[in-house]
Amino acid sequence: MIIGLGHYLSVAAIVFTLGVLGIFLNRKNVIIILMSIELILLSVNINLVAFSTFLGDIVGQVYALIVLTVAAAEAAIGLAILVAYFRNRGSIAVEDVDLLKG
Amino acid sequence: MTLQAIFFYLFGGITVAAAVMVIAARNPVHSVLFLILAFVNAAGLFVLMGAEFLAMILIVVYVGAVAVLFLFVVMMLDVDFAELRRGVLSYLPIGGLIGAVLLVELLTIVGVWAIGPDVAKAITAPIPPANEVPNTHALGLVLYTQYIYFFQAAGVILLVAMIGAIVLTLHHKPNVRRQMIAEQVARRKSSAIEIVKVKSGQGLQ
Repeated sequence: MIIGLGHYLSVAAIVFTLGVLGIFLNRKNVIIILMSIELILLSVNINLVAFSTFLGDIVGQVYALIVLTVAAAEAAIGLAILVAYFRNRGSIAVEDVDLLKG
Repeated sequence: MTLQAIFFYLFGGITVAAAVMVIAARNPVHSVLFLILAFVNAAGLFVLMGAEFLAMILIVVYVGAVAVLFLFVVMMLDVDFAELRRGVLSYLPIGGLIGAVLLVELLTIVGVWAIGPDVAKAITAPIPPANEVPNTHALGLVLYTQYIYFFQAAGVILLVAMIGAIVLTLHHKPNVRRQMIAEQVARRKSSAIEIVKVKSGQGLQ
């Protein structure tokens, strides 16, 4: 049995869908939403590496490295905003974030 | 080949199962741990594909740094997570519908898609044979020459993220006294001491 590009793309598609589903299901919990975004970026990386390998072009892995960097920066900033928000409000419920809305 | 298939289904299956548990676990600490499991198995998939360097980076950066950061925040914040989980099932119909549509679309594309004939000509940096140039070496040959500006830009992004995170979370309490070195160094005899003539038997007024 040959494992081809389609197999890896299928795994990435499933993980991507699970990430989107996680954002929908856990609409109140910012931490789970951030983790779902990490899952989505992981699936993007699986796609990039799969194409890189099966097309024989290493630039895809360079791009995956950049995506990894951005994902790490995003997680750090997101969690910092979360901590600052928790200090101000004492909760992390996403529904309370619309405080300025009339 | 069979071994490759076995390991693909092992790593892929555990990745998907862990991703399910990330969004389904009741306790966010468990979610973080399942996220770590998903990342480790995705690193296994990367090794299967021959991208060893990215696999190791995934473990070092994600499992070593990002997941621990998540764990820190989850454990540090005193939040009633059970309260946050209320109403999850009410979003299940719409979320499940959108997820199903998305998955069917993506898998349909995976099923019918084919590589165009011109793609082989468009390859800019072909992967050298793995027994001659290791993956890390090959990646470095491209990353530090052709893509040096992207590499530098990634560094700038990390710097901005670091400064941003520090600015957002650094918190000076107003009633805490701190050492002010500039004021200490700028002190002179004239501002620090005062000589008072005291008459005998009168004391200091």
